[in-house]
Amino acid sequence: MNWKQEWKPLAAIVAVFAACYWLPVDWLRASRRVENAFWESLHLVKWYAQEHVLLCLVPAFFIAGAVGVFVSQAAVMKYLGPKANKPLAYGVASVSGTILAVCSCTILPLFAGIYRMGAGLGPARAFLYSGPAINILAIVLTAAVLGPEMGIARAVGAIGFAVVIGLLMHFFFRKEELAKAQAAVALPEPEVARPLWQNALYFGSMVGILVFANWGRPTDATGLWHAIYAAKWTITALFALALAWMLVAWFKVGKWKMLIAAAPVAILVVAVPEHPILPFVAGTIGLSTLTATGKDDDGELREWFAVSWDFAKKILPLLFWGVLVAGALLGRPDHEGLIPSGWIAGLVGGNSLWANLFASVVGAFMYFATLTEVPILQGLIGAGMGKGPALALLLAGPALSLPNMLVIRSVMGTKKTVVFVALVILMAAASGMIYGALF
Amino acid sequence: MKKIQILGTGCAKCQKLTENAKTAAEGLGIAYEMEKITNLNDIMAFGVMITPGLAVDGQVVSTGKLLSPEEIKKLID
Repeated sequence: MNWKQEWKPLAAIVAVFAACYWLPVDWLRASRRVENAFWESLHLVKWYAQEHVLLCLVPAFFIAGAVGVFVSQAAVMKYLGPKANKPLAYGVASVSGTILAVCSCTILPLFAGIYRMGAGLGPARAFLYSGPAINILAIVLTAAVLGPEMGIARAVGAIGFAVVIGLLMHFFFRKEELAKAQAAVALPEPEVARPLWQNALYFGSMVGILVFANWGRPTDATGLWHAIYAAKWTITALFALALAWMLVAWFKVGKWKMLIAAAPVAILVVAVPEHPILPFVAGTIGLSTLTATGKDDDGELREWFAVSWDFAKKILPLLFWGVLVAGALLGRPDHEGLIPSGWIAGLVGGNSLWANLFASVVGAFMYFATLTEVPILQGLIGAGMGKGPALALLLAGPALSLPNMLVIRSVMGTKKTVVFVALVILMAAASGMIYGALF
Repeated sequence: MKKIQILGTGCAKCQKLTENAKTAAEGLGIAYEMEKITNLNDIMAFGVMITPGLAVDGQVVSTGKLLSPEEIKKLID
């Protein structure tokens, strides 16, 4: 018997046995906690389905897909190569996560590449830190569920601290001469299909649809925000028209096909103006059909659809289980799930140094599947977590996890990894305290 | 005997590329040996930062792209 390996299942069995042996069945039954948890998780799933899937996630999937297809990774990597201008490299590294890192499996090779063959330790760390936190899907969902301040704080915090952490890492280890990999960097030639301004307008129209379709009702019924809210569907429709025009003019979608796809949308707008969600769904179906059956020579449109669809397939099940589990454990805001709110409020309530530090340490070691940090955090905030510790967890969480630390360690050694993890935890806790004090 | 190496940490694109490379090699009817390289440091040794990458006989021929079997056939030959 090899006890070096067998201790893990043994420990698991003992732990499960002990939990069953002392399972507080009567207490659970009397407090109706399990029953509540069940209904809470269903309520939360329903709320997500009604509020966040159609208007928020679906456009975000299309944008993430477009980023994967139309933004050339090679063009961005030019700024992070071995001869890169250093200040520029920090800047590019800290923001390029928005467009490069839609999937965590692309982050680690890029990080290792920047470190070993490219601009070096500092920019590589900056990229690794900000990448997972500022991808488009994460920011959009954070802003939609946890409020715009939290979404903006997350993006700004991640970018700002990426630069600081990168510079500090560079400073701490400046004496170490790095043995650069001998291999020449193999980057694919960037393919320039259309000028930058066309790409910018194209992404702009999609971001416009996303932002205005999700425009929330402001608390007072006057002023600019309310005017925008009242006109939000008109504005969304204008952005959609712009997108349709661009698809025909620049992406070789047939004029007649576009008219056929747009007809149901127009009919629904006129027939049921009180349900703007119906034309939105029709438009989504139209766009999916047009892109999935696109007949352009280089297959861009089909690839766009394929990549978007891939994201949807990968992320929706994760989010579904994430929401169910978060609902069962923590409940909706102002309701209780399995975990008593008092515990949460005791550990991470308020804005103390301890609460912030605890949140960032837990966030650093825990693994969050893509986007599931959002429902979990929503549950925690509802159960009494302070806003500062919440931001600390958001900033430390997706950037680090135990499995991810092991990979980083294999690339740059134990010492640098420990310093990096410590920096992330301290910075996240500090930013949480600042945010908690401000809001 | 051709040596075909797929460089990638195991994402969906890398698995699809492996499949396509198999289809391509079998379509050509050549003797080949397929290797999947998933260790990050080994991938870096090839100079590949953008996965998935494809190497034939130790030479990187494509990075960051999911090639179709047809495209791979041209690169293997």
